Amino acid sequence: MKKITLPLLLALAASVGFAQQGADIVGRIVGGQKATIAIPDFRGAGKAANFVATFNQTLFRDIEDAGVFKMAPKSMYPLAIPQRPEDFRKPLKYDPNNRTRAPWLQDWSEPPVSSDFLAFGYTAEQDNQIVLFGWLFNVKQPEVSSAQVIGKIYHGSLDEDGARKVAHEFATDILKQFGVESLAGSKIYFVSNRSGSNEIWVMDYDGSNQKQFTFYKNLITMPNVSPDGTRLAFTSFTGGAGPSIVIHSLETGRKIPFYNQRASMNATASFTPNGKQIIYSSSASGWAQLYMANADGSNLQRLTNTRSIEVEPKINPKTGNEILFVSGRGGPQQVYKMNIDGADVTRLTTGEGEASNPAWNPQGSHMAFAWTRGYSPGNWNIFIMDVATRDYVQLTQGAGRNENPSWAPDGRHIVISSNRGGSTQIWSMLADGTQLRQLTSAGVNEKPVWTK
Amino acid sequence: MNTKRASALALALTLSFFAAGCRKKVGVPPPPAAPAAVAPTAKAPVKKPMVVFFTVEPSTIERGQAAVLKWEVTGAQTVSINQGLGTVTAAGNRSVFPSSTTSYTLSATNEGGTSTETVTVNVKAPAAVVPPSTPAPSDDFGSMVSKLIQDIYFDYDKSDVREDSRATLTKNADALKTIFGKFPNNTLTIEGHCDERGSAEYNLGLGDRRATATKEFLTQLGVSADRLRTISYGKERPSCTESSEGCWSKNRRSHFVAQ
Repeated sequence: MKKITLPLLLALAASVGFAQQGADIVGRIVGGQKATIAIPDFRGAGKAANFVATFNQTLFRDIEDAGVFKMAPKSMYPLAIPQRPEDFRKPLKYDPNNRTRAPWLQDWSEPPVSSDFLAFGYTAEQDNQIVLFGWLFNVKQPEVSSAQVIGKIYHGSLDEDGARKVAHEFATDILKQFGVESLAGSKIYFVSNRSGSNEIWVMDYDGSNQKQFTFYKNLITMPNVSPDGTRLAFTSFTGGAGPSIVIHSLETGRKIPFYNQRASMNATASFTPNGKQIIYSSSASGWAQLYMANADGSNLQRLTNTRSIEVEPKINPKTGNEILFVSGRGGPQQVYKMNIDGADVTRLTTGEGEASNPAWNPQGSHMAFAWTRGYSPGNWNIFIMDVATRDYVQLTQGAGRNENPSWAPDGRHIVISSNRGGSTQIWSMLADGTQLRQLTSAGVNEKPVWTK
Repeated sequence: MNTKRASALALALTLSFFAAGCRKKVGVPPPPAAPAAVAPTAKAPVKKPMVVFFTVEPSTIERGQAAVLKWEVTGAQTVSINQGLGTVTAAGNRSVFPSSTTSYTLSATNEGGTSTETVTVNVKAPAAVVPPSTPAPSDDFGSMVSKLIQDIYFDYDKSDVREDSRATLTKNADALKTIFGKFPNNTLTIEGHCDERGSAEYNLGLGDRRATATKEFLTQLGVSADRLRTISYGKERPSCTESSEGCWSKNRRSHFVAQ
């Protein structure tokens, strides 16, 4: 079993993300070169000025986090920042050292900025709303008339939320030009103890807008979300009779009936791709084994039949057939794969260390998981494995406990929990291990699930 | 005339003053203002924290009774007590129930170092070991369970009952038969727990298996199965929070709780 090299993985991530878009852009990016983009700070007119800092931060971060651009260094930007296309005036002869003339495209395309694209515009207040005028220019073009890629007006409420909304929408439009699904609008559910007990919380993908979702004042853990994003399943100790599965609607917030079979433990539930069935682990036989049931818990079928501990079943979101799961059937816990009928069981991890938390990427080709391979028990790192070839790559390198990876809807980012900073918090990263960002800081936060 | 001359003089004086000021500024740029007072204090060696007192009352107890640790510490950033008590506030008290003679060490730490203080609780076996067959009539179900039923411990990632736990469970089984005979309506919950190293999900299954294996052992010895419930807490409710084998071994347990 060989390890995947990082460039290979990146190329894979790139080919997944950029399949269908404009050939020259794709060529440049898949060829290993990222396009460079400059995003000078926008200014705000009237009351919009109060929220323009939030706007600038959100836009820059959305674009940077997508990982498809090289960000032109801000310190190299020219002094004259255009706010509208008509601010550009073509000089008779371009002189980079003439600092008094009007902005021109080459200010951005030539060194030291050396950018391919420029996002610019401004925010203003209109009818008690924020209005964003956003443009994306290809500054390599010779004329303003051919440079415009995007020119659009966005509206939001006149507050921080509105500033974030228009920034997310503009970023989404920019990324769409490059065939990349924006993460803006995606949510991360997670477990937090900050209210005094373990509850499910939810936040925007960038860590903003953190809100408590459950209020059981008990032990709630191990969340999972249905592929269509409408239902949340978690493991709850609220009944007093041991861990059981509870399902909530994410649309109404209300509890949805689920029949827990008679067992001291029903836990680690996840959904099939069509959302019609649930697979979970139950100790009804005396050992934690895997079962499949309808979304309401009926029509129960047993999937595994061993005298070992088996948890965390996850169905391939693309094929709806292969199940990844964690089992102690061969000794210390490892990740295995089987068909949905329980046949063709194979161990995916090498048997070294302990392995857990398998998570399919949205394309159903790779799994992210936690593994102690190379470290003593309890020292988990995040790995990604090509499920077909079993080639793997290690993303984290021994900095604390790193667990519970979950893929972003774009299939290019993951979110994990890590105690590398002292306490256990939620971090996001590009699936090559770069662009690490800490999303939470209050209390203990763990077991993130990234959803649409 | 007078006023004119006077103002001219004043102007000249002012100009020369400014000129002098200018020259001085250009010639000798002032050094950056020293961060007065802050630097020296920051550099002064930090004194180790002081343990004002750390006592136990009473210092000798019978097994099952409580002793109260009391302490007060000044100047510490973190204060902790071993034996699983973990991090504590700078001043406080805590009841402990050691089952054998135990020394508690309080460690108070800041940048200057660590101060420690140790007290010992001497535990005597109960004067007359209460034979399970003749419980004191005043005992209720809960206190009998906590007095007579002992936790058992497991090896890492294992749920089979260890040799040393068999003896404990045999004693537990005898005691339970007596207790259940006396309290026909009560049940006992067996909690399965794990140490922090395995994954939370797998440990939920492992804790369940530990509780079930414990229940199976007791029922084989004749304890009525319908009086025993099992629940797994995985690694969610550790009794000890340090990352060391001393602590992990205490967390890998079946714990008995009266209902």
